[in-house]
Amino acid sequence: MKGKRMHETIRRAAAGLTALILTVPAWAAGGDKAAPATPDPARDWDHLWNEVILDITIIGILFAIVTAWFIWQARRRPGNEVGASVPLSPASAVGWVVIPIFVFLSIDLYTAANGWVLWNTFRDVPANRMEVKLEAGMYSWDYTYPNGVRTQNELVVPAGTPVVLRMTSRDTLHSHYIPDFRVKEDSMPGRITYLWFNPTKPGEHIVTCAEYCGVMHGYMAGRIIVKAPDEYAAWMKGEEIRLAAANAPEPAPAATKPTKPAKSAAKKT
Amino acid sequence: MNLKEWIFTTDHKRVGVLYLIGSIAAFAVAGIMALLMRAELSTIGPTITANPTQYNVWLYTHGAVMILGFQIPALTGFFANFCIPLMIGAKDVAFPRVNALSVWLFYVGVILALLTFFIPDPPDVMWTGYPPYSTITTGNTAMYSFTVLILGFASIIGGVNFLTTVAYMRAPGLTLNKLNIFVWCTLAAFVLQLIFVPVLGTAVSLISMDKYLGTNFFDPTKGGDVLTYQNLFWFYSHPAVYVIFLPFIGVVYEIIAAHAKNMVFNYKMVVYGGVGGIVLLAGEVWVHHLYVSGMADWLRIGQMVTTLMISIPVGLMMIGLIGTLYKGSIAFTTPMLYALGVVFLFLIGGLTGIPLAVPSLTIGVSDTYYVVGHFHYVMAVAGTFAIFGGVYHWFPKMTGRMYNEFWGKLGFWITFVGVNIVFWIMMDVGVKGMPRRYYDYAHFPQFEGAHQWMTVGAAILAVGFTIAILNWILGAINGKPSGDNPWGSPSLEWSTVSPPPHGNWPSPPSVAEDWHPYGFKKG
Repeated sequence: MKGKRMHETIRRAAAGLTALILTVPAWAAGGDKAAPATPDPARDWDHLWNEVILDITIIGILFAIVTAWFIWQARRRPGNEVGASVPLSPASAVGWVVIPIFVFLSIDLYTAANGWVLWNTFRDVPANRMEVKLEAGMYSWDYTYPNGVRTQNELVVPAGTPVVLRMTSRDTLHSHYIPDFRVKEDSMPGRITYLWFNPTKPGEHIVTCAEYCGVMHGYMAGRIIVKAPDEYAAWMKGEEIRLAAANAPEPAPAATKPTKPAKSAAKKT
Repeated sequence: MNLKEWIFTTDHKRVGVLYLIGSIAAFAVAGIMALLMRAELSTIGPTITANPTQYNVWLYTHGAVMILGFQIPALTGFFANFCIPLMIGAKDVAFPRVNALSVWLFYVGVILALLTFFIPDPPDVMWTGYPPYSTITTGNTAMYSFTVLILGFASIIGGVNFLTTVAYMRAPGLTLNKLNIFVWCTLAAFVLQLIFVPVLGTAVSLISMDKYLGTNFFDPTKGGDVLTYQNLFWFYSHPAVYVIFLPFIGVVYEIIAAHAKNMVFNYKMVVYGGVGGIVLLAGEVWVHHLYVSGMADWLRIGQMVTTLMISIPVGLMMIGLIGTLYKGSIAFTTPMLYALGVVFLFLIGGLTGIPLAVPSLTIGVSDTYYVVGHFHYVMAVAGTFAIFGGVYHWFPKMTGRMYNEFWGKLGFWITFVGVNIVFWIMMDVGVKGMPRRYYDYAHFPQFEGAHQWMTVGAAILAVGFTIAILNWILGAINGKPSGDNPWGSPSLEWSTVSPPPHGNWPSPPSVAEDWHPYGFKKG
């Protein structure tokens, strides 16, 4: 009985190691290959997430079934008043350490290799990106486009262009979390952090704060509005005109409230 | 019973019971906080309070008191005090007066934590106390700092005491390889406490200095750095997870061995591979709490590997547990049900932790209910089940009486169902995007139904825990006499009378060459 279990363990260890050996070159090669299209981290995240969840579900169910079966087999009944296990021989005692270590280590390294590939996707910002500055504060997200246009709690972006947010905070910690794009990163005073996402098609996505920032933390939300490129261009044109008007030297009243044009623009969209 | 005797006691068993009473009281208060939060979250918008600060105070108290006032004191205070001298055949601990000091310091800490409800500006900084919020809030951060410092100090002097006790006071013939797994686990936990608690003490002292004395350790506008605190905090607080995990898995080993009447599977693997491996790795994985905090990329990748490697010692300990069940003689007593419950809860909790070891996957679910569900399975609920199972297991030794088996089992099943309703659903909504620490989820209306199910589950598990606590109180008052060794265990604590007298042993024990705490014999 025990020999059979041992055999099964060895077989699983071998399978794990083979998987690892096959993965490492694939992962190493993946790093060199220039990606033909802009990567989609959210899609890759779903892929790896589902794979890991499937793996842990299988492991969990197997473990649970084996344990439940052991428990049922070993229930106390006449003729089984005391446990029957015998001390392990030195060789099997060592085997029960070394073989599990290799099994676990191979699963660990396999997961780590896959996780690292996805990590590079999340951290390597594509060259064709749009850069937006974000200042988080209690309790709003303030975005600044490269041309100086500013919006609050609403980020309008063109579909098909990767967007990178260069983030900081003017008070406490915040975390710009976009559940639909599976991405978040904290922002804090004194440092610039970043995240990027790839809005592939038009639509609206909620932005929410994922790091406790103060009493109204739960209400700190915004939206990312993805528009078709031509609609985005039209919207940006309007914003630029508004900005120019606000920055014009003569009419002083508008210049005293620089955030107002952005706010009213946000309401219109 | 003489109150004065209890207050001035230096007997390790009484000190242990004092720890138990204090930590169960803390558990009740922190549990009520959880119920209030669940009630608040049962509908969108204000439900039982219109004041988010009120909710944040419940949240702060629930986290801080459950960890620092319940789990750590119950495991390294109650179980260590009650069991270790008995398990090693000692008359008491090495420094009984220091031991009494540590339990009263613990009470001071718990009272400080509970004063939260009576002071005008209660701390609302979560149990993590991250600056800059903790240094600019109107809440009383000093309360938080002092609570942590006092409980930490109590824990450190406890650690010194128990390391000395096990080193010098073992019964003749009791070699290191004959120590109970629980003793090994608890010693390892105390080693971690001695190494890492000072770091936490530093961190919480520095935030109070920043807030009240005008220093700038964490203020970037004056040369400080926000992230430093998070590193210091988790440099302790991740090992703290093992300070909870190790003793609770030790308790589970004791229960499973005794109620399956079986030898622990591959004892040396469990001790040197499992316990030793965790001690070695405990200090190298804290960055997995900072995967989205803006740490250096190489550090996040490096600690992904060390975090995943935690699966090795933990996996060896699980193999040891399941191997102990194999070919055993399992009696489904109440403590055994709790212990088996831990095996299954910990299995779910451990496996759902694997994605959280990977920074790229954590980017999607960090700070969501997925994380909250995961750590409740793996540590909060699994640890609490182990504590409840352990109290049932040693209840006859503590009181000389038996608890009610029917109500014990009923309490277990109710709790087990409630726990799975709450935390399974919690992980599910977390993956879908529900962030943690929200007083209101107005912009996630789709989760209202799930929140209501979680509230129902919380009410169910509260009923189960209440049944267990009432069962102990009634059992201690008028349970049937249990005899000295109701489980038929060869472990040393069962060889003295129940309850053990002051000094533990009528005559000093010594152990034979072929004795082992898990050498179960027929009859």
